[in-house]
Amino acid sequence: MHELSVCSSIADIARRRADGRAVSVINVRVGQLRQIVPDTLVYCWSLITEDTPLAGSRIAVESVPARIRCRSCERVADVGDLPVFACAGCGGIDVEIVAGEEFLITSLELAQEGAGG
Amino acid sequence: MGRFHRHEDGTEHAHDGADGHAHGEDHSGYQTGAERVEVLERIFGENDKTAAANRAEFAAHGVRAVNLMSSPGAGKTTLLRETLSRLAGPVRIGIIEGDIETSLDADRLAGFGAAIALINTGNGFGGECHLDAPMVASALPRLPLAQLDLVLIENVGNLVCPAEFDVGQDARAMVYAITEGEEKPLKYPVMFRSCELVVVNKMDLLPHLDFDLDAFVGNLRKVNPAADVLFVSARTGEGVGAWCDWLRARL
Repeated sequence: MHELSVCSSIADIARRRADGRAVSVINVRVGQLRQIVPDTLVYCWSLITEDTPLAGSRIAVESVPARIRCRSCERVADVGDLPVFACAGCGGIDVEIVAGEEFLITSLELAQEGAGG
Repeated sequence: MGRFHRHEDGTEHAHDGADGHAHGEDHSGYQTGAERVEVLERIFGENDKTAAANRAEFAAHGVRAVNLMSSPGAGKTTLLRETLSRLAGPVRIGIIEGDIETSLDADRLAGFGAAIALINTGNGFGGECHLDAPMVASALPRLPLAQLDLVLIENVGNLVCPAEFDVGQDARAMVYAITEGEEKPLKYPVMFRSCELVVVNKMDLLPHLDFDLDAFVGNLRKVNPAADVLFVSARTGEGVGAWCDWLRARL
């Protein structure tokens, strides 16, 4: 639901890092707990970048499943689709999230000279 | 950790190790010699910088800030009215009121002597469904922070987006109404997990609903075992004192 403002932030970072070079792909890593819908992100990207130097570039989303680690028994497990933030091994509730909260631009792929972006 | 991803045909899997792309799929640019620029920059970096500045400004004035979130209609504004009627005066309270349109909620909170700064997110912010740190920063000059003890930030009614944005609060609390159903913590785990306190509101309706309170608490505990839970009816006033005590204990 907030993909539009997220795309504005991505465009700001991409523009700064591209430093005038043409970008073809923006690789983003999105954890399961970030509540971002990849298809919506891709759609909003085309809206946000229209008539800008980033027009024609696309977003490639790498999804990361949520994983927790139990501080009592050290067990690491996926949180799953029905989220349970408790240890399936010992039932412990003192767990830390070790993956699934990522939300970053990992890299840009630059358009090749003369390839037309 | 493996690299989890989804293919064009909808299948998903994870690779162990960093390479793993030996099966001919198009990750455009990897094989074509196109130049890659490593970025590794957090997308909420700018928001979080502003949130840290907000937090520092609250702290510099000795103000505690609570970010209050809920779905639309859960009773945030009614609870705030009750809160102001009990606490305003002894506790010097400022309100940041986030709404997509209208000043209706801010109007309902007037008359208690609290300083109120309204943010209409439809007004120059693109109709956002949440408050973010720059919006809260824009409201701070409209509050007399030096004369306040507590700022209550009433976020936009929404169980998804507000949980994503740090606005510089000291604590997050949410109002959940028992009319919303027992399964909500499982459907919106990020929101329920983000809060230190869940105020379970509209308890006066319990006799009239097929609502299983134990099932709700069980679901809440699955996603947030550590949260404080208070049972309240903002309408009758039941439990509002305990909520006020929770706020006072933070000062």
